[in-house]
Amino acid sequence: MATMVQAVRMALHVGEERLGVTDIFGEDVGAPLGGVFTATQGLKTTWNTPLDERGLIGTAIGLALAGQCPVAEIQFCDYAFNTIDLLKLAGGMAWSSGGEWNCPMVVMTPVGSGIHGSIYHSHSFDAQATRLPGWKVVMPSTPRDAYGLMLSAIADPNPVLVLIPKALMRVKNAPGEEIPGEPDERTLSKMIDAPIGDRSQWVPQWPATPDMMIPFGQARMVRTGEHVTVVCYGRMVRESVAAAETLAAEGISVEVIDLRSLHPYDWPTLSTSIRKTGRVLFVNEDTEITNFGEHLIRRTVEELFYELHAPPKLLAGAHLPGIGLADNLEKASVPQRDGIIDALRTLARHEP
Amino acid sequence: MTPAPAVVPSASTKRELPKETLLEIHSLMLRARLLEERLIRMQKQGDGYFWIGGPGEEAFNVPLGVLVHKGQGPEYDYLHLHYRSNAVALAMGADAVDFMRQMKNTTSDPFSRGRNFAGHPSIRKWNLVPVSSPIEVQYAMAPGTAIANKRAGGRGISIVTGGDAGTAEGEFASCMIWSSRPGNELPVLMVVTNNQFGISTPARTQHGEQRISDRGKAFGIRTATIDGQDPESVYFALQEVMEYVRTEKKPYLLEIMVSRLYGHSSSSGANFVGDEHDCLPAFEKKLEERGYLSRKDADEMRAATTQEFLEAAKRVREEAMPTQEDAFTHVFEETNHVAWKKGN
Ligand SMILES: Cc1ncc(C[n+]2csc(CCOP(=O)(O)OP(=O)(O)O)c2C)c(N)n1
Ligand SMILES: [Mg+2]
Repeated sequence: MATMVQAVRMALHVGEERLGVTDIFGEDVGAPLGGVFTATQGLKTTWNTPLDERGLIGTAIGLALAGQCPVAEIQFCDYAFNTIDLLKLAGGMAWSSGGEWNCPMVVMTPVGSGIHGSIYHSHSFDAQATRLPGWKVVMPSTPRDAYGLMLSAIADPNPVLVLIPKALMRVKNAPGEEIPGEPDERTLSKMIDAPIGDRSQWVPQWPATPDMMIPFGQARMVRTGEHVTVVCYGRMVRESVAAAETLAAEGISVEVIDLRSLHPYDWPTLSTSIRKTGRVLFVNEDTEITNFGEHLIRRTVEELFYELHAPPKLLAGAHLPGIGLADNLEKASVPQRDGIIDALRTLARHEP
Repeated sequence: MTPAPAVVPSASTKRELPKETLLEIHSLMLRARLLEERLIRMQKQGDGYFWIGGPGEEAFNVPLGVLVHKGQGPEYDYLHLHYRSNAVALAMGADAVDFMRQMKNTTSDPFSRGRNFAGHPSIRKWNLVPVSSPIEVQYAMAPGTAIANKRAGGRGISIVTGGDAGTAEGEFASCMIWSSRPGNELPVLMVVTNNQFGISTPARTQHGEQRISDRGKAFGIRTATIDGQDPESVYFALQEVMEYVRTEKKPYLLEIMVSRLYGHSSSSGANFVGDEHDCLPAFEKKLEERGYLSRKDADEMRAATTQEFLEAAKRVREEAMPTQEDAFTHVFEETNHVAWKKGN
């Protein structure tokens, strides 16, 4: 069963072989390391860049405009903030030129907390990313989705940002959710994980996996329920599912929706679910003030007000400059399972 | 601090261009100047909201446009220009009326469909990537197109231009670093048009470096600072430098000393400054001395082109303006216009 990082690698391999990917590049992305999370190990078109995120995004734009098919990695999203100006430029290339140009590029970057990453390896980027018109933005929570969304990102004629929850990099596919064609865990590791030590002679053996694209704008119904809806993405999906399991024992039935495509997003699935339950919780890790969940709440209130049985709620990161290293500091700063359980329980019991 | 121009070796020698080339350059310089003056007039008369452009840089912009290896895709030159570059596009063959359309922000503006300021052209069929307002971002993009140039194996290079003050931005350093990676050098021609000002701030109050071009030396990038007032010597210098970049597939940093004849933009009044060297009359004098152009011919050309642009501006005034619905098109594209394969 593939991990998310293996899934990304396999998708990039398919990208190189069949979707025309020409350049996979970033800091430490090339051999021998293949990325600090090994997402680019063993691939054909990887190369190391200077330590310059603005140069990285600029070069990706240039490659895209010249008809190449670039995938750039920002090592940690914590270091993407200095690129926002260039990201805006990429997102505006088509619009600003009245459709004369488009800018087909993929940027992938690890996001979020949950690995004791302290202040500068725990940031989220979804609030910033969803403020970049012209970009499509996805955040997978499973290896299979990472695979399928990455393929769609590569094939798309627009810039696409793939946010990869770093705490989920080594998490495996659930049974039944495998990528078609992936071998068992041990075999896959032998085939595509670089050996420890000298790897100069190593060549990966790629399993035959299909062009299984997961379209943008389609949420994943993780668990159906009757009483309350939780809309989440990335690392918060597992926490929400665990919360739903706990609450099931109390007779509270929770519908869990993994948004996975943040822009465009699947309003039909969300609104159908919210209409059904009348109660909704939005959960994500980014800081709470001017948070993407706030947008979703605004739309919920504007369009579904009279169908709600409880005020919609947002659980997000505290509005703090960073996430502290010590356990309690992190727990106080980003949504935790207990907090999700409490919020869902309160929503479920709320009577208008 | 007015850096003494150091010239590329052969540009200093007395070489002459053929009469036809010089007259073509003159005609383009004159058209470019009169176009900018028409755009300024349009803005002042309320047929546009803002003017920025390159009067005073024609002796560089026109030779550059003439020398571009023009076409679509990585076999050809990519142009990453800034907002003083209309004359480059004009010299490449762009229609003067289109710049007026952008000034008037009509739907027919082919560069941005009424979305962007004047002086921000975009021409995909000639690899002229959209000019954008943030200073220096184009320097971060040039290495990307240059990788494609090098990959295609043709004579195409990536040319990036910007002002002197902008070189303080990080992308200027990015461009030098990304273009000079050992073993992966890129065919990037970095140009800095030095008018010694960033809006109102004199360069000498902010920059300690003797010459901007010196910065290339730390990266092993060949550099020169040249005078940008005489199109003939600029032509030879550019020709030599471009040939180096095309054949060696390595970067070159060229600093060109230019004038800013109408100030920074309409925000600073867009009035003729009078105290800076004007390349156009100087070039006309040179052509007269060589017996290539008479005063009378030059005056007639000026009058005819002025009239042509006046009439064009009047027609543009009647063209359709974007509707409110138009704001929502082209956020995303369905097809990949830039996909390029040999034979496309
Ligand atoms: C990143 C950025 N900062 C500030 C501005 C506002 N601005 C526009 S032009 C300009 C001065 C640029 O000077 P220089 O690079 O020398 O070019 P010049 O206009 O003199 O040709 C400034 C500060 C901008 N457009 N972009
Ligand atoms: Mg200047």
